[in-house]
Amino acid sequence: MKKNKGPAIRIPLGERIFYAADNVLMVILCVCILVPLLHVLAGSFSDGTAYMTHSGLLLWPLKPTTAAYASVLGNKDIWTGYGNTLFIVVVGTGLDMLFTLVAAYVLSRREYMLKKLFNLLVVFSMYFSGGMIPFFLVVKEVGLYKSTWALIIPSLVNVFNLVILRTAMLGVPDSLEESAQLDGAGHLTILFRIIFPLVLPSFAVVSLYYAVSHWNSWFNAMLFIKERSKYPLQLILREILILSDTDEGMMMSETIQFATIVVATVPILCAYPFIQRYFVKGVMVGAVKG
Amino acid sequence: MSISAEKRAPVPAAQARRKPFGARFKRDLRKNWKLYLLFLPILCYFLVFKYGPMAGLVISFQNFKPAKGIGGSAWVGMKHFQDFFRDPYFRRLIVNTFRIALSTLVFSFPSAIVLALLINELRSKKTSRVVQTISYVPHFISTVVLCGIIRDLVSRTGGVTMLLHQLFGMPVTNMLYEPGYFVPIYIVSDIWTNIGWNSIVYLSALTAIDQELYEAAKVDGANKWHQIIHVTIPCLVPTIVIMFILKVGKMFDVGYEKIMLLYTPLTYETADVINTYVYRRGFAENVNYSYSTAVGFFNSVVCFTLVFVTNKLSRRLSGSSLW
Repeated sequence: MKKNKGPAIRIPLGERIFYAADNVLMVILCVCILVPLLHVLAGSFSDGTAYMTHSGLLLWPLKPTTAAYASVLGNKDIWTGYGNTLFIVVVGTGLDMLFTLVAAYVLSRREYMLKKLFNLLVVFSMYFSGGMIPFFLVVKEVGLYKSTWALIIPSLVNVFNLVILRTAMLGVPDSLEESAQLDGAGHLTILFRIIFPLVLPSFAVVSLYYAVSHWNSWFNAMLFIKERSKYPLQLILREILILSDTDEGMMMSETIQFATIVVATVPILCAYPFIQRYFVKGVMVGAVKG
Repeated sequence: MSISAEKRAPVPAAQARRKPFGARFKRDLRKNWKLYLLFLPILCYFLVFKYGPMAGLVISFQNFKPAKGIGGSAWVGMKHFQDFFRDPYFRRLIVNTFRIALSTLVFSFPSAIVLALLINELRSKKTSRVVQTISYVPHFISTVVLCGIIRDLVSRTGGVTMLLHQLFGMPVTNMLYEPGYFVPIYIVSDIWTNIGWNSIVYLSALTAIDQELYEAAKVDGANKWHQIIHVTIPCLVPTIVIMFILKVGKMFDVGYEKIMLLYTPLTYETADVINTYVYRRGFAENVNYSYSTAVGFFNSVVCFTLVFVTNKLSRRLSGSSLW
């Protein structure tokens, strides 16, 4: 499809077919990815009864109206959910980062004896876990059951993220830390004044990972949060989108469901172009070993 | 993943080797107490929330009653494990877990590699950027929302149901209520969500390939196809191996959150996996903490063994490994 601009180079026919096929495949892929999203968007602006009698994919709203949005914006649950989620994302990510930074710093030091033991302790917990019930019982035992903090404290450190940060810190030249130490700098000064600026890209990546995982999580909230006023957004969404056609949830027309999806997803998608770069970098930091 | 990459320099404190451990540790503690103090909260966190649950696995050998606690509950040895192996659902759970895990390995896993290869071969930088940006989008949609969209698309009047009916004459039903469609729905939506995202790793590995290798291959008369087979893919193998080990380790942890949002008793036949069963026996139906813990324990052990074995194998076969 796209022709090579270089004038003298002749591309053999076989390769030209290959490139054309490649481009066609990519177009098909993009269509497959975008159509469901377009369907949701079109549905959210459609008339409720018109959608009910319609079948198949929508690419354009039926009898365009914003009625569904009016009813979503009037739904108090969604806004309390938003508020709760915002709290969890902001406070949770902040604490996660503090803990992960300090942990990564200590694990990347080499002057103390128990270094191997601590590293082993941390990494082993990535590959083996106690499972759902023991975890639930521990959280209950600690007194976090039914508290919003149950969604923050038990998931403070994610070992995968910790490993990303530790790897970045190991890349900081020793001489920097040593000269700071000679100047009498303590650990916290070294960590926040010297190492932190140097691992800023990895720091950004890891905070994004934490923020997104807090934003998306619903399972732990389902286990631990019992009061509706404390529900995070994803639990409210679950009621509206998943349970609505069962007896547990409330009946909601499909167009309202679509509008809810849009309201709950657009903020993240708006931030997406700005954070994409960091995410991409993070995947590389985390996965490419050698 | 550099799990064991902290090899920097030999520990300078080696002069203290002869002294007994206690004395050495005391000295170390005096010298590095600030470091230990810094790690204390983290240590506590790991002991309570990661190792606490591991210690809690003992209740799988008990008839645990929350009111009596671990100390007061009766011990029953391996009873719950034996019960699980005799459970009428045992076979179904194992088969379903394997079916979903293997389907992910066979379809989702290579799809990202293929996409990376295809993006890499695009001639226009701009097209490749657009494709990448679009293909990452679904990754940012939460599981709950994703499942909400799926439910609509495969319902009786949903877009996908209609499309399949018009193209292949498939019957018009709510596909989520048909056991036969569950795994395809799960896999296709998994690919939709993750194909772009998972391709990033391979793309970054591809950009690291030395262009001279291609030039040399061209001089030797290699066409596009030969170049892909003999240069690109071999250069990707280490990354593929690492990702594969990670994937196999997570294999038995099949996305139970997604399954829980999609399945109904009508589709348990193909959709119920070990983890969803752990949840139901722990919180929903016929609740039995000890039994549920035993089932989860079994799952954890299988997972751990899988990572361990794959890692060993891959180290022997290809030289790449996690640790």
